[in-house]
Amino acid sequence: MILRLQPLRSISRQYGPLIKNLQTGLLTATGLAGFMSARCPVFNLPLLIGLTVSLLASISGSTILNMWWDRDIDALMSRTRQRPLATGMVPHRQALRVGLLLSTAGVALAAVLYPLYGLLIFAGLFFDVVVYSIWLKRRTCWSIVWGGIAGAMPVLAGRTLGLGSIDWIGIVLALGVLFWIPTHILTFSLRNDADYRAAGVPTFVSTYGPGTARLAIAVSSVLAALAMGLAGWGIGMNWGFLRLLGVLSSGLVLLAVVMIFRPSERISFGLFKYASLYMLYSMVLMIW
Amino acid sequence: MKRSALDRLLLLAASLLAAYQVAVGINGLGALPVLAYTVAFGVLLVAELLLLILGLEVLDEPVVVIISTVIPLSLSTGLVWQHLPALRTPYLVFAVAGFLVVTLTRSLIPRRRLAVLALAVVHGVAGVIITFLPAGLVLAGRAASGYGLISVGGGLIGLGGLLLAFLKAGRPFLSRQVIFQLLPGLLLLMTAAFVAGFALA
Repeated sequence: MILRLQPLRSISRQYGPLIKNLQTGLLTATGLAGFMSARCPVFNLPLLIGLTVSLLASISGSTILNMWWDRDIDALMSRTRQRPLATGMVPHRQALRVGLLLSTAGVALAAVLYPLYGLLIFAGLFFDVVVYSIWLKRRTCWSIVWGGIAGAMPVLAGRTLGLGSIDWIGIVLALGVLFWIPTHILTFSLRNDADYRAAGVPTFVSTYGPGTARLAIAVSSVLAALAMGLAGWGIGMNWGFLRLLGVLSSGLVLLAVVMIFRPSERISFGLFKYASLYMLYSMVLMIW
Repeated sequence: MKRSALDRLLLLAASLLAAYQVAVGINGLGALPVLAYTVAFGVLLVAELLLLILGLEVLDEPVVVIISTVIPLSLSTGLVWQHLPALRTPYLVFAVAGFLVVTLTRSLIPRRRLAVLALAVVHGVAGVIITFLPAGLVLAGRAASGYGLISVGGGLIGLGGLLLAFLKAGRPFLSRQVIFQLLPGLLLLMTAAFVAGFALA
């Protein structure tokens, strides 16, 4: 038994970091929340399982493909140089095959479930891997907008699968995620500025300076909070949960404003972590 | 100081209770009490999440003194608005003015003596209301006995506040390490007492 488990452990050790468990989990959660926000409280179990598998496969696949493409710059940054592709622990051709396999399987399953859902999942994957990573990431700091559009696709796709069509609430939910992503990414690039500079990856911080980056974080936090509130109202969230969403949104905005006037490593890290919790809690509230 | 898994669990439980109180526990009250309690438990919720994320060392930030004033002031404003109609407007003025004075003396125009005095008056008055008003209503037969748990919560928040205040003043009752070990449990007990008190009113 132990002998049989060892290859599994080895695979998990190699591919776990390539999939970025937390990020994949959070994006999958947004897709599930989008779906349940349309269908709740009626659950269609086979569809729910299909949705989960297609989201997990396509998001994991695109993450592996990004890592495969970025393995040279990952090797230059202290934060990422221990990643399996940067160290050579996972052969890059094998990672490419696994990434393509997972991505194709995810998109194919999505298309079988519902063609429009499949198209949105494909669009997310395309924006993430081709537009964001391959085309723009090393050219312009504005690449995060396209990365943000990719990140916003799961919630829109999930709701579209639930409803059968794209509606304004789905678009506002997607905007909420799109505006939330700069808060998440820019606090990260503020913390790891030296790393990104060493690798020659342009960020808002290196292009426009930390002050502008902090202002962009505050503006995007306000817009994300407004979009989430509007989506919650549109979904028909009850007054108590809207209140709670308002409180959580105020926390996000307050931290972003504090970071403008009293910038510190601690506040930046706090905002980075709080933003992740905020997104998770917001999605939970959307389906309650 | 490293946070234990138990500390994280206690803070998570406390934040979930505060979230419950904002979303469910204050439904059916008037507009101003709902607003006041939303602010009180909302600040408590965000503070508990930040303690969970950043650790208890975040309490060393100067802004904590200002933020922590919001909780007793808004909680006591809600209680006064609900139970002491004659004092509604004067207390609301006191709460707003008290918050402004604490903020100004702690940030824009620092005056050490005035800052300490303002903090003592504001926390003292709000603390007395939170600790004694619910218990008084229970003793007078104007509220169910469970409502007295709000007073227990008030006592606990007062205890936590005193421990931190004396620590910051350099004359702690207990060591910093012991206080930081006690705080997550104290926060959970306090939040639970408030939530139960409102539920059993």
